[in-house]
Amino acid sequence: MPSFQQFRLPDAGEGLTEAEIAAWHVAVGDTVAINQTIVEIETAKSLVDLPSPFAGVVTRLLVEEGTTVEVGTPIIEIDTDPTGDAPADAAPGAGPEVPVHGPTSDADPVQAGAPVARHASPSPEPSEAPEAEEPGGAVLVGYGTAAAPTARRARFTSAEGDVDAGAAGPEATAAGAAPVRPATAGPGASRGSAPAAAPATMPTVRPGAVPTGEPAAVSGRRALAKPPVRKLARDLGVDLDSVVPTGPGGIVTREDVLAHQAGAEARVLATYPGDDQPWLASGTVSPDGRQTRVPVKSVRKRTAEAMVTSAFTAPHVTVFQTVDVTRTMKLVRRLREDKEFADVRVTPLLIAAKALLLAVRRHPDVNASWDEAAQEIVYKHYVNLGIAAATPRGLVVPNIKDAHRLGLHDLAEGLAALTSTARAGKVTPRDMSDGTITITNVGVFGIDTGTPILNPGEAAILAFGAIREQPWVHKGKIKVRHVTQLALSVDHRLVDGALGSMVLADVAAVLEDPAQALVWG
Amino acid sequence: MSTSGPLTDDGLVQLLTPAGERVDHPGYSARVAHLDADALRGLYRDMVLVRRFDTEATALQRQGELGLWAQSLGQEAAQVGSGRALAPQDYVFPSYREHGVAHTRGLDLTQLLQLFRGVDHGGWDPEEFNFHLYTLVIGSHTLHATGYAMGVQRDGAVGTGDPERDTAVVTYFGDGATAQGDVNEALVFAAVNNAPLVLFLQNNQWAISEPTTRQARVPLAARGPGFGVPSVRVDGNDVLATYAVTAEALERARSGGGPTLVEAFTYRMGAHTTSDDPSRYRSAAEEDYWRQRDPIDRLEKHLAATGELSEEFRAGLAAEADALGERVRTFVRALGRPATSTMFDHVYATPHSVVDAERAWFERYEASFAGGEHR
Repeated sequence: MPSFQQFRLPDAGEGLTEAEIAAWHVAVGDTVAINQTIVEIETAKSLVDLPSPFAGVVTRLLVEEGTTVEVGTPIIEIDTDPTGDAPADAAPGAGPEVPVHGPTSDADPVQAGAPVARHASPSPEPSEAPEAEEPGGAVLVGYGTAAAPTARRARFTSAEGDVDAGAAGPEATAAGAAPVRPATAGPGASRGSAPAAAPATMPTVRPGAVPTGEPAAVSGRRALAKPPVRKLARDLGVDLDSVVPTGPGGIVTREDVLAHQAGAEARVLATYPGDDQPWLASGTVSPDGRQTRVPVKSVRKRTAEAMVTSAFTAPHVTVFQTVDVTRTMKLVRRLREDKEFADVRVTPLLIAAKALLLAVRRHPDVNASWDEAAQEIVYKHYVNLGIAAATPRGLVVPNIKDAHRLGLHDLAEGLAALTSTARAGKVTPRDMSDGTITITNVGVFGIDTGTPILNPGEAAILAFGAIREQPWVHKGKIKVRHVTQLALSVDHRLVDGALGSMVLADVAAVLEDPAQALVWG
Repeated sequence: MSTSGPLTDDGLVQLLTPAGERVDHPGYSARVAHLDADALRGLYRDMVLVRRFDTEATALQRQGELGLWAQSLGQEAAQVGSGRALAPQDYVFPSYREHGVAHTRGLDLTQLLQLFRGVDHGGWDPEEFNFHLYTLVIGSHTLHATGYAMGVQRDGAVGTGDPERDTAVVTYFGDGATAQGDVNEALVFAAVNNAPLVLFLQNNQWAISEPTTRQARVPLAARGPGFGVPSVRVDGNDVLATYAVTAEALERARSGGGPTLVEAFTYRMGAHTTSDDPSRYRSAAEEDYWRQRDPIDRLEKHLAATGELSEEFRAGLAAEADALGERVRTFVRALGRPATSTMFDHVYATPHSVVDAERAWFERYEASFAGGEHR
């Protein structure tokens, strides 16, 4: 008989709570072997390949690429007995009827993610929520919280007095508090669909997820919360006792306080393939429906951090130049017909990249970075040329390693490789690390120019604008020429206006007359 | 590599080149002369099995079966070479990456995984293998080793001339640890007490993301003479050279000649731990350079070139490695949660009234729940 096993998202780092499914390496119907790489995930720390814990045939991919899910979420289902000749219990490590495998596999056979399921306290209300909707409880192997918090276990009430009389330790206090907390399961379970815990792939807006239970259901006790959370609640003016707790042991977490403040009616917005507004993924809609709040994650978060770091530590100065690139366009046309360049794509950006490399060669002091900690300027004797790229996963700046060594043909290959990697969303941290200078090609959007923000750790960034046919004074007459605008932002801590201007003038000179490259090359 | 600074090749003892060719060394060739083809195949087998174990453990972490794993990938020769030079009575204080040494001490490698799954504070009885528990605090165990070695001295188990009795203590630590106060204190105490200690430094060149060049301006072994400790640098990816220099250092320790600092120059080919992503701080070119100096490859090349690596042996070893991988996987998946009460078991070596009282309270507390033992 078929034996379906699910693999839960593990914690690939220490204490990570979530990860993004970056790319599936297998598809439904594929046969996989134990330890074969099945998926690439992106955590807050790195891109990580996950090996399959099972041998078998993939029957379902449970999470879409690009979706961020919590540790403990089943991500793939594999049939470990597709031929059907093994006995049902032969699958490695599988429990009798609960084949979910991964971080919580050794926990209670009842869903480890559902600690309340075993809650047997004398609740006056029937539990309203299905067990699988329970929040949290994803146990990280080796150091996570236990699946069933102490305070939730049923006590023999008769024994209570004995123990509490015998000691006054923290466990005793927690245990003593348990029986007098009624109905933790009701609203707590509903809150399981609050933003942080909601699967982002649910296909509809889920009004049913709105916690309908009144805070009264959890009244009559003092809320449990850690001191920083108490302070947060105080600062925000939130009454802790009215917050529905989702933490282990019924404690109020930071997220609970924030969710409470955001308004109990906030609704989880779902996305689905083909959604024409993917940026709204996992957001919550305001009660009046006029706003959606989306948690900042992943590439967006890192871009924001990088830009804030750069904009507020490196004083930017930007210089501009308008330049006649008609000869560059002629060169591009000629190279496109050149047999040597038949296998690569020749673009004006390629010539601009070469021009910038030549400018760096003439002014190597622009290819540097500011080391604040050491109070040193680091001059790089190599150029890792960054190209800002808009990708499906956001803005990334991979770089071409040792671009200063590349001839025009190899540079074209490097650009092509970088572009295709970026488009496929496969840019690795290594691709993005140790850039020394960057080009942002705003011209592809038809834009004349802009004032680019430096990639952190670099001292200069060139914006390459759109190339337009314009009237231009050429040899004393007004002619129609190909004209573009260049902008160069520099870190004024180490690059003065004079140096920035000379670098930009060199780039412009090569684009205006590529033969200049011969003189300087 | 560079010709000066901490990454220089200068003074590295080498007996087997990356191409698998044996080279003579006036001081050390004699110490491996007795290793015949069987012995070399044994070292090769050790390294292959340790690597397979390490690979399997890494995969298990990625499958959520271990909380963390520290890979030994690339350091097999340093660990197996030094470990195989030990005598049964010698005592080892490892840090947390010494899987190869553990293997040579006779530990079943699966035992190492209990700590990394978080079901045991240690995983084995140190006295059974003369192999102390892994220490996660960087460098602290070098002091424990020094103290243990001074104890060995006071037991009169040094310099008797009885090969069954004379004992050396070995402590393993990394390049990052050399910048810790503890390691420097250990060198001071070991030197002035003439302790029978081998300080085995695996310089794998990266203290997480911090390169050796940020920790020293000179080869790390050059620090030994300042403490009055003789030092030697060895090609840590050469299992024979590592064996030879360790054997010499152990002999000095056992005979009453005092401590030795061995710097095994090697490379951490994997990540620091499974929580780390080395591609963020080091280049692919550097990794390629060291891949060409792989410790297993060079012994394999040597055995193949001398006609000592039969297809039958290869196939047998591959099957053995696969079986080990399977056994490790099964073992880890079957590990249950330890009873919470075991936390009281090894607090003190002897009965202790406070611990006893706490245990008794806890048992009563547990008994007050429906459903028994807390999980």
